[in-house]
Amino acid sequence: MEAAVFVAGAGIISGIGNNVPDVLSALENSTTGVDTINYLRTNHRGHLPASEVKLSNDELALLSGFPQSTSRNVMLSMVAAKEAWDNSGIGNIPGLRTGFVSATTIGGMDQTENFFIDFVADHSKGRLRNLIYHECGNVTSAVAEKLGIKNHVSTISTACSSSANAIMYGARLIKHNILDAVLAGGTDALTRFTLNGFNTLLILDEQPCQPFDQNRRGLNLGEGAGYVLLVSERVATALKKDPYCSISGYCNFNDAFHQTASSPEGDGPFGAMSGALKMSGLQPGDIDYINLHGTGTQNNDSSEGAAVKRLFEPHYPKMSSTKSFTGHTLGASAGIEAVFSALAIRGGIVYPNLRLQTPMTELPFVPETTFSRMPGLRNVLSNSFGFGGNCSSLIFSKL
Amino acid sequence: MQVYIRSAASISPQNTFNSPSFLGELVEYNGTRLNCIEPDYNEAIDPKLIRRMSRIIKMSIASALACLKGALVDNPAAIVTGTAYGCLEDTGTFLTNMVEFDEEPLSPVAFVQSTHNTIGAQIALLLKCNGYNNTFVNGGISFENALIDAAMLLSEGTPNILVGGMDEITDMSYAILTRTGLYRRGPVSNLTLFEPGLKGTIGGEGASFFLLADSHSKDDLACIDAVSTFHKPGNIVEITEQVRSFLSAKAVSSEDIDLVVLGDNGDLKNDKVYAELRKTVFNGIPSISYKNLCGEYPVSTAFALWMSANIIKSNNIPASLNHRGNVKEKIRRVLIYNHYQNIHHSLILLSSC
Repeated sequence: MEAAVFVAGAGIISGIGNNVPDVLSALENSTTGVDTINYLRTNHRGHLPASEVKLSNDELALLSGFPQSTSRNVMLSMVAAKEAWDNSGIGNIPGLRTGFVSATTIGGMDQTENFFIDFVADHSKGRLRNLIYHECGNVTSAVAEKLGIKNHVSTISTACSSSANAIMYGARLIKHNILDAVLAGGTDALTRFTLNGFNTLLILDEQPCQPFDQNRRGLNLGEGAGYVLLVSERVATALKKDPYCSISGYCNFNDAFHQTASSPEGDGPFGAMSGALKMSGLQPGDIDYINLHGTGTQNNDSSEGAAVKRLFEPHYPKMSSTKSFTGHTLGASAGIEAVFSALAIRGGIVYPNLRLQTPMTELPFVPETTFSRMPGLRNVLSNSFGFGGNCSSLIFSKL
Repeated sequence: MQVYIRSAASISPQNTFNSPSFLGELVEYNGTRLNCIEPDYNEAIDPKLIRRMSRIIKMSIASALACLKGALVDNPAAIVTGTAYGCLEDTGTFLTNMVEFDEEPLSPVAFVQSTHNTIGAQIALLLKCNGYNNTFVNGGISFENALIDAAMLLSEGTPNILVGGMDEITDMSYAILTRTGLYRRGPVSNLTLFEPGLKGTIGGEGASFFLLADSHSKDDLACIDAVSTFHKPGNIVEITEQVRSFLSAKAVSSEDIDLVVLGDNGDLKNDKVYAELRKTVFNGIPSISYKNLCGEYPVSTAFALWMSANIIKSNNIPASLNHRGNVKEKIRRVLIYNHYQNIHHSLILLSSC
C-alpha cells in the first residue's frame, strides 16, 4: 500500500510562459505575468489587472491542435498536459494502465457566457455548440480523448484547492495499484464569470497584487494549466530520465469555518500542512521551501501566516507566493505550483515573492524577495486553500 | 476490502424520502421533466440557513442529514460528493445578472454558492467536519468517482465516509437540454417510457447519500464489492469486453448475478447498448431498468444504488419495478451498469453482507 509515487514529467502554461523553459526563465528574471487584461472581453479591462496566457484563441488552437471554436480552457489543458506527458519520455509503454485526473472550477464557462448573452433575452436563442464544454467533465474528456487516455478519466472541483486534490487522488490511484501512470493537475481559463464573481466579493486588487505584504489589497486572477505525470516505482525505473521528485505527503483538511473565509487561526491550513508532514514522516525542520497559497487577500495571508507560525516556529523555511507571477489561477493553481515545486527540487532553486515591500507586522518571518539557488533543497511544501474550507497541502521530496 | 453501506437516503421524483414503503406505488409524470418530491425542510435544517440555500443545496443537505441519522453517525470522517452540473440555479442566476447588469457589481451570494464544492462544503460547515472533503464533477460518472475515492479512503484507514450524488434540473437547464434533443418531443408518461422505441428520454434529478463504513454491522443494507468506469468505448464489443473483464477480475460469473440494474432511458439509440448486453453478457439474468422512476440525469446511478441496496436488504423487488426474468429466492448479488450518452460507462457490483 505505501508504494512510492514519483513525478516523472511536468507541463505548464501560464501568464509567465507557455512551457516549462519559458516559465523557468520568467521566474529566474522576476518577470511577472500580471498585466492589463488584453484577451478577455470584459468591461473590467483597463481597471482590473490579471495574469493572462499571452496567446489569443487562434494561437492557442494552433498550439493545442484543437479547433479555434473550442473552449479556451480545453486548449490550455491540452498544451500543459501534452507537455507533461512528452516531458516524461513515457511514450507508449504497452499494457500501461493510464489515467487523466484534471481539476477545473469553470469548465467551458468562457463559451457559456457567450451563449447566455443571447439566451437571457430569449430562451430559444444562443448557439448550443457554445455549451459543449459547459460541464467540467467535458473539458477533461476532450483532452483525455486527444491524449489517448482511456482507463481512468476524472475531474475534481473543490474551488482553489482543486488540482491539489487531483494530484492526491492520482497518487492514491497509483498506490492502490489501480493505475500505473496518472497525468494529474488542473486548468482554468480567465472568464467574466470568475472575474465578476471575485469582484463582487471585493477581493480583487486593482494593482498588481502584493501577497504577504502588510499593505496587501487583494488578489489578481490568472489563467493557465499545470500537470505532473505521476508514475509508480515500476514505471519510474523503466523510464530513461530520472524522476523530478517523489510525492511524500499530502493531506486534505476542511476548515469548516465559513463558506468563503478562512479561520483567523488558520485551522484548515494548519490541519492540511501538519497532516501532510505526518504522512511524509518529516519534521517541520525538514521543509526547505514553502510554496504558499498566498493569494494577496487580507484574510488568506493572515490565516495562512498564522498557521505557518503555529507549525514552524521558531525555525522558518524559505517561502514565497508565486501568485505574484501567475495571478491566482484557481482550479489550476495547485497544478501550476506542483510544477514549480518539482522544478525547485530538480534545480535547487527558490522563487521570489514579487512586490513585497512591507512585511506583515503580525508575522515573525518574511518571504523571499529574490530568486536564489539552494543546492541542498530537499523538501517542498505546497499549499492550496479554497472556498468551502477546502484546504490541501502536498509535499514533494528529492530522491 | 469490503465497503459496507450502513445507511442510504434519497430525495427523488418518487416517494423515496422518509417513506414507510419501498417504492410501493410509483408516481406518474406526464411530461418530460421529473422534479424531486421535496420534504419539509424546516424539520431537517435550521430555517435561518434555509433562506439562502438553493433547491439542490437544500435537497442534498436534507438527504445527507437523514443518511447520517439512519447510520447513527453524528460526524463522518470524510465527505465525498459527485455532481456533473453542480449548483446550476446559482450559476444561472449569476450568469443572468452578469448579462443583464452588464458586469456592474452584483451580489456575491449566487457566485459563492455556484461553486461545485458548495454542497460538500456546506455539509462540512454544518457538522463542523474537518475530515477529507472532495467533489468530483465528471459528467455521467461523477458519483462513481466519489465511490472509488471513498473505497480507497476506507482501505487507508478512514472508518466511515458520507458519499453523495446530486444533480438538479432548473428551468434553464430544462430549456437547454430540450433544445439539444435529449428529451422526447411530446408528452410521455414515465410509466410507459420503455414501451415503444422512440427518440429522446425524460429529464430527472435527485440527491442520494450513503454512509459507507469499513466494518460490518447488522443493519448494513449491502456491500459494494467493486466499482469501475471506462471512457468512450469504440463499439459494443469493447463494452462487452469491459463488462466481462470487470466480472472476471472479481471472479464473478453471470450465474452469480441475481439481478442487473440497467440505465435504459427510453431513447432508441441510447438503449441499444443495454439491449445488446441483455442478449450477450447479461443473457438469462433478471433485469430492471430504473430511469422511468427518476428520469435521466448524470448521477442517476446514485438513485440506482439506493434502490439496489434496498432490494438486497429487503430481498424484494417491488412489483412496481416490472423486472424481466425469473428472480431467485434470495437476491445476493446485484450489478448496476449505466452509460451516460455513451461517453462515460460504469459498473457497480453489490452483494448482501
